[in-house]
Amino acid sequence: MPLDQHKTILNCTVNGREHIRAVPDNLLLVDYLREHLGLTGTKIGCDGGECGCCTVLVDGIARHACLTLAAVCEDKAVETIESLDTRGRLAPIQRGFHEKLGAQCGFCTPGMVMAAEGLLRTNPDPSEDEIRAGLAANICRCTGYVKIIEAVQAAAKELRHE
Amino acid sequence: MNEMTKPTGRVKSIGVPQPLVDGPEKVSGKALYSADFIPAGCLVGRILRSPVAHAEILGVDVTAARALPGVIAVITGEDCDETYGVLPIARHEYPLARDKVRYRGEPVACVAAVDVETAQAALDLIVFTYKELPAYFTAQEAMAEGAVLLHDFKPGNIERDVDYEIGSVDAGFAEADLVLEHTYNCPEICQVQSEPHAAIAEYDSERDFMTVRASTQVPYYVHLMLAKTLKMDQSRIRMIKPHIGGGFGCRTECLNVELICALAAKAAKGTVRLVVSREETFITHRGRPETDVKMKIGMTKDGKITAVDFSCIQRGGAYSGYGIVTILYAGSLIFGIYDFANCRYKGLRVLTNTPPPGAMRGHGTVNVRYAFESCFDEMCATLGLDPIVARRRNLLVAPTFSANDLWINSYGLGQCLDWVEQKSGWKDRRGKLGPYRGLGIACAHYPSGASKPVNWTGEPHATIHLKLDWDGSITILTGAPEIGQGSSTVITQCVAETLGLDMSRLQIVTSDSKLTPKDNGAYSSRITYMVGNAAIDAANNLKKILIEAAAKKLDAKPEDIECLGEVYRAASQDKGLDWKEVVMAALEGTGTLTIKGNFDTLPQSHGTKKYRGGAIGGSMAYAYAAEVVEVEIDPDTCEVHVVKIWAAQDVGKALNPLAVEGQIQGSAWMGMGQALSEGTTYHKGLMISGSMLDYRVPTIMESPPIETGIIESIDPHGPFGAKEAGETSLAAFIPALTSAIADALDGLRPYDLPVTPDKLMALMEKAETGHDDDLAAAE
Repeated sequence: MPLDQHKTILNCTVNGREHIRAVPDNLLLVDYLREHLGLTGTKIGCDGGECGCCTVLVDGIARHACLTLAAVCEDKAVETIESLDTRGRLAPIQRGFHEKLGAQCGFCTPGMVMAAEGLLRTNPDPSEDEIRAGLAANICRCTGYVKIIEAVQAAAKELRHE
Repeated sequence: MNEMTKPTGRVKSIGVPQPLVDGPEKVSGKALYSADFIPAGCLVGRILRSPVAHAEILGVDVTAARALPGVIAVITGEDCDETYGVLPIARHEYPLARDKVRYRGEPVACVAAVDVETAQAALDLIVFTYKELPAYFTAQEAMAEGAVLLHDFKPGNIERDVDYEIGSVDAGFAEADLVLEHTYNCPEICQVQSEPHAAIAEYDSERDFMTVRASTQVPYYVHLMLAKTLKMDQSRIRMIKPHIGGGFGCRTECLNVELICALAAKAAKGTVRLVVSREETFITHRGRPETDVKMKIGMTKDGKITAVDFSCIQRGGAYSGYGIVTILYAGSLIFGIYDFANCRYKGLRVLTNTPPPGAMRGHGTVNVRYAFESCFDEMCATLGLDPIVARRRNLLVAPTFSANDLWINSYGLGQCLDWVEQKSGWKDRRGKLGPYRGLGIACAHYPSGASKPVNWTGEPHATIHLKLDWDGSITILTGAPEIGQGSSTVITQCVAETLGLDMSRLQIVTSDSKLTPKDNGAYSSRITYMVGNAAIDAANNLKKILIEAAAKKLDAKPEDIECLGEVYRAASQDKGLDWKEVVMAALEGTGTLTIKGNFDTLPQSHGTKKYRGGAIGGSMAYAYAAEVVEVEIDPDTCEVHVVKIWAAQDVGKALNPLAVEGQIQGSAWMGMGQALSEGTTYHKGLMISGSMLDYRVPTIMESPPIETGIIESIDPHGPFGAKEAGETSLAAFIPALTSAIADALDGLRPYDLPVTPDKLMALMEKAETGHDDDLAAAE
């Protein structure tokens, strides 16, 4: 049987919707998103803080959801990969990754896209070095990163022209 | 009504850069990978692993674990007495260890419980008793006289001993002006694909039916091994491959994860979800084996290779896996890239108490290619030859057979060399970049699909189905596993191009054993070549039916019917049938159509009979690559910074140039990881590099710009002329890097991988000290 776990009432906004749930104190944000809310777009690629696949935005800042306790997101706004497209249209950063082949297997992509989204919100016109710095905590094993950089550049360009 | 206002005409999709057909799901989080299936009420699986590297099992007492509330099933080796393995001749591994454990981390038991906390608590209650045996962590230890055998039937702990000579090596060396020999140590590396292994198995005890979803490159092989280990009829299993987060060969054979998951589900009579950690994924391994290559080459003073004599010792881990194939590939693919006739090869695959390696990207060839190209480069330096010019003296002329009967029908290596020479400014820049900067070059090749599958059944190599239905859609049904390499896109392109249709007319369903035809899987770079050809065959068969239907409807002869994509018309007419009309004409009297296409390899591509195991290496076509790497070395830290890579690959024909670029970049970059930072490490058999912080895959910070050159030699048998695109460029990077280091450091050259700053510093200090000693002696 489940061991006794102390729980806290968590009130936070995930992808624009308010959720109020009792969550174990030791529950990681990534498990809250995936197993409690069914938002499996956020991936787990490592045993904690190594790969960046679980990157989400908390109050607009990119965070590893595997290094964040769900309970500390009280009164905060969490955004995951599922929130980016609007009414069926891919967001510029998603379109960049799709059209420039920034995603091959796609497993690191949700984290990579959220890290890039976080970067572009604070720096809409990043240099190549700034893109590298912004994505330094995210590992991709397919692309060699060349097309990921191109994807972010394409999205930045599109956003500037919007 | 005919929509004649729409422009009629065939739509071109081959050779046009295409984003992936499954791209939108991947960038929006909708793509479901194995671990994303979390049905309500499913059980959590957790594996108990051996804490020792080699031991006799005395007992696995699960009484207390079974008694823990919330535990539904606990299984051990007692629950499965069937072995599994990819090669029918080498199936020696049990899903859960029986009698003996042979590496640290080998699965011993599995718990299925209502939640992860309970499963973990139950693992702690299992009492595993054992008697330790001597354990061997290097090939030399395992081969030493008197070593305890890992498997009673493998004397000397030798998995496979290969020894052959083609031509006359001694005569070849006698003709040489220079003979050079070196030993190159290449540590074991791992794929580190983004997605850790995961499976979810649903056992329906009412019907005695098993459904398994698992992260695999080879759902058919998994299906075979599920039936064997579960002792279930193959027809009572449904094997589904969801989205896969990369493979690179780590899932080219059935792994214990999916077998244990299904065994636990059967024991629990329910659904078990087994998602293993990154550390467990590292331990499950199947990466590239540690290899010591001894390479000896004979060369004339103008650069012509006269003979090659080389040996490989691979640390093969505790079980076979693909091992026999790996040690044979290491030999056979010395051929097929340069023109030489004399070669001797000795290969030893040794069993050790470490996790079993497997068929990593560039299977078997990478470490040998590194040694060969590196030795060749050093000989060019000694003889004062430009290494590009010297390679041109050794080019093959297609069509031809190599000395070990590899069948080569297209060969663009010369153009690859031309491209990198020009783009990198080689002639003006090599040797002239100033201190601590250098340019290096190397080449590589790789087959386009193994011509003989490991499970020989007499079926064609690839089969594909196209379903045409009343709604006018064509559904492509293929067992070919899309694992991120873009195979679903390329298959869709092949069908669309043949029929002249827009790709949006087609949808693709992959890898579900109850829906899609069997496919051998995503390995040896076979899908584009084999399944692509089957797709073209199926599309041509469908086109024939559509043309005949249109002819009947238009009262014309089939040979007079013109296919303009969505319009079929008789040549003499302006107005024909639109797509809906031609589809309905084809379905008239017969209903929904399912059309098949096949591909088979030709016997000329089946390898050589000159030595045992000569089928390994045989392929319908080989892709070729040349790479130039520019480096800058920090003289204080001895860190090697890769400034730029120029990578050219002869892919026959780039069906999807966007994906081809992505594959070339990704594989050259993966070679960079092996060359500079990657390697597993163990302490008494315990993998201590089992995290992505300890095992250093390059991040975006260290990753250089990569300029890609696509060379198209148009293979006569490839689909639209295409060949392999995803593996060849890996191997070329590593020797190109050490060649560049030698250029940067006045000929000082590392031999052992990876070239980490500490190793390079030791090498540079030794070189300097040697110099200083000479000075001291002179004083």
